[in-house]
Amino acid sequence: MTAIPTAERALRRSGVWMAIALLLVAGVYVRALAFTPEEATQGLAQKIFYIHAPSAWVAFLAFGIVGVCSLIYLIVKDPRLDLFAASSAEVGTVFTTVVLITGPIWGKEIWGAWWTWDARLTSTLFLYFIYLAYLVLRTAVEEPGRRARYSAVLGILGALLVPFIHVSVYLFRTLHPMPVVLRPGKPELPGSMLATLLLSFAVFTIFYFALLARRYAWARLLEARAETEADRDDASR
Amino acid sequence: MRSLLAQVWAIAAKDLLLEFRSRTAFLSALVFTALVLAIFNFARDPTAVSSVDLAPSVLWITFSFAGVLALSRAFTLEKENRAIDGLLLSPASRTALYLGKTGANLIFVGAVEAIALPLFALFFNVPLLEVLGSLVLVIVLATIGFVAVGTLMSAMAVNTRFGEMMLLVLVLPFLVTPVSAAAEMTTKLFAHRPFAEWAAWLKLLVAYDITFVVLCTLVFEFTLEE
Repeated sequence: MTAIPTAERALRRSGVWMAIALLLVAGVYVRALAFTPEEATQGLAQKIFYIHAPSAWVAFLAFGIVGVCSLIYLIVKDPRLDLFAASSAEVGTVFTTVVLITGPIWGKEIWGAWWTWDARLTSTLFLYFIYLAYLVLRTAVEEPGRRARYSAVLGILGALLVPFIHVSVYLFRTLHPMPVVLRPGKPELPGSMLATLLLSFAVFTIFYFALLARRYAWARLLEARAETEADRDDASR
Repeated sequence: MRSLLAQVWAIAAKDLLLEFRSRTAFLSALVFTALVLAIFNFARDPTAVSSVDLAPSVLWITFSFAGVLALSRAFTLEKENRAIDGLLLSPASRTALYLGKTGANLIFVGAVEAIALPLFALFFNVPLLEVLGSLVLVIVLATIGFVAVGTLMSAMAVNTRFGEMMLLVLVLPFLVTPVSAAAEMTTKLFAHRPFAEWAAWLKLLVAYDITFVVLCTLVFEFTLEE
C-alpha cells in the first residue's frame, strides 16, 4: 500500500527538476536572442540552431539510453528498466520531432529547400522511424513481460542500426556531390556563439533528464495504482 | 557443433518440406514478383529514363518486398495449432531454431530471386550475363542481411496485433543499409565501373551482415515464450 505515496512523492520531486530545467531553457533563449551576436550571413535564421542542434544531440542520446537499458533489461529482467527505456523513447521522439520541424524551417531559409537527402537529415529521419516502430510495437503487445522483451530486442537492434544508416547515407552522398548552395557550411563559430551553443547542449541534456524523470515517475505511479486496484479486486472477491 | 548443424538442418528441412508440399507461399511470392516487375514497366517514361538507369532500384524494391512477404510465412506457420510449442519442447536449441528458420527463409527467398532475376533481365533488357558472378554475390549478401533481421522480427510480429502490418513497420528501417548498398553496387556493375568504386559498399554490407546475424542469433531466445 506504500507504493502509491512513494510514487506520488517521486512525481512531485520530478516536478521540481522540471521547473529548474524550464528556467534554464528560458535562460538559454534570453542569452541566444539578446546577448549573442547575429550571424553575419544568416542573420536571425541562425538562432534556430540553439534549438535544433541540442535537440538533435538529445534525440540520439535518448535512443542510446533506450539501447543500453534494453540490453541490461534482457540480462537482469527488472521491469523498471523497461519502463525507463520506454520513457526515454517517448521523450526522444518529442526531441526528434523538434529536430525534424526546425531543420526544414532553417533549410528553407538558408539552403533554399525544405528538405535535402543529406546524411544527417536522413539518419535523423530513420531514427524517427525506429522510434515510431518502437512505440507502435509497445501498443501492439498486451502482455507486459512479452512487451518488455520485444521492445528490448528492438531497442538494441535499433541502437545498432543508427550508425549503419548514417554510414550508408554518407557513402551514398559523398559519391554524388551536391550543389554548392545546398552544402551545409561548417562555420567557424566566434567565441560567444560557441559558448551559447555549448550552453544550450548542456541545458537541453538537463531538460531531457528532467522530462525523462517525470515521464518515468508518472509511469511508475500509473503502475502502482493499477497494482493496488488489482489487489483490491482480489480482496473483494 | 555437428549436432547444432544437424538440428539447424532438421528445422530448415521441415519448413522447406511443408512449403514444397503446398507451394502456396512460393507461387504467390513468385507471381507477386513478376507482377511488380511488369507494373514498373508502365510506371516510367521509356523516352526519358533508360531502363538500365531504373533497373537497379526496380530490382531491389521488388526483391525486398518479395522478401518481406515471404518472411511472415515462417512463424505464422508455427502459430497455427501452436506448432511452436512442439519445436520448443524438442531437444533443438533456440539458436538452432533461429538458424534453421533463417536458413529456410534464405533458401525460399533465394529461389524466388533465382527465378525473378532472368525475368528482370528480360523485361529490362540489362546485360546480365557479363556481371552475373558479382551480381550473385551482391544478391546473396544483401539477402542474408535482410533475412537475418526479418526472421527475428517476424518471430515477434506474429505475436502482436495486426502482425503483418507490424512486420513491415519493424523491418523496413532495417532494409535501408542492405538495400541501398545492393542497389548502389548493382548500378556500378551494370555501368561496368571498376571494383574500387563499390568496394566501400561491399565492406559496409559485409559488416552489416556479420553484426546483425550475430546479434539476432543472440537475442532470438527473448522473442520466444519462457
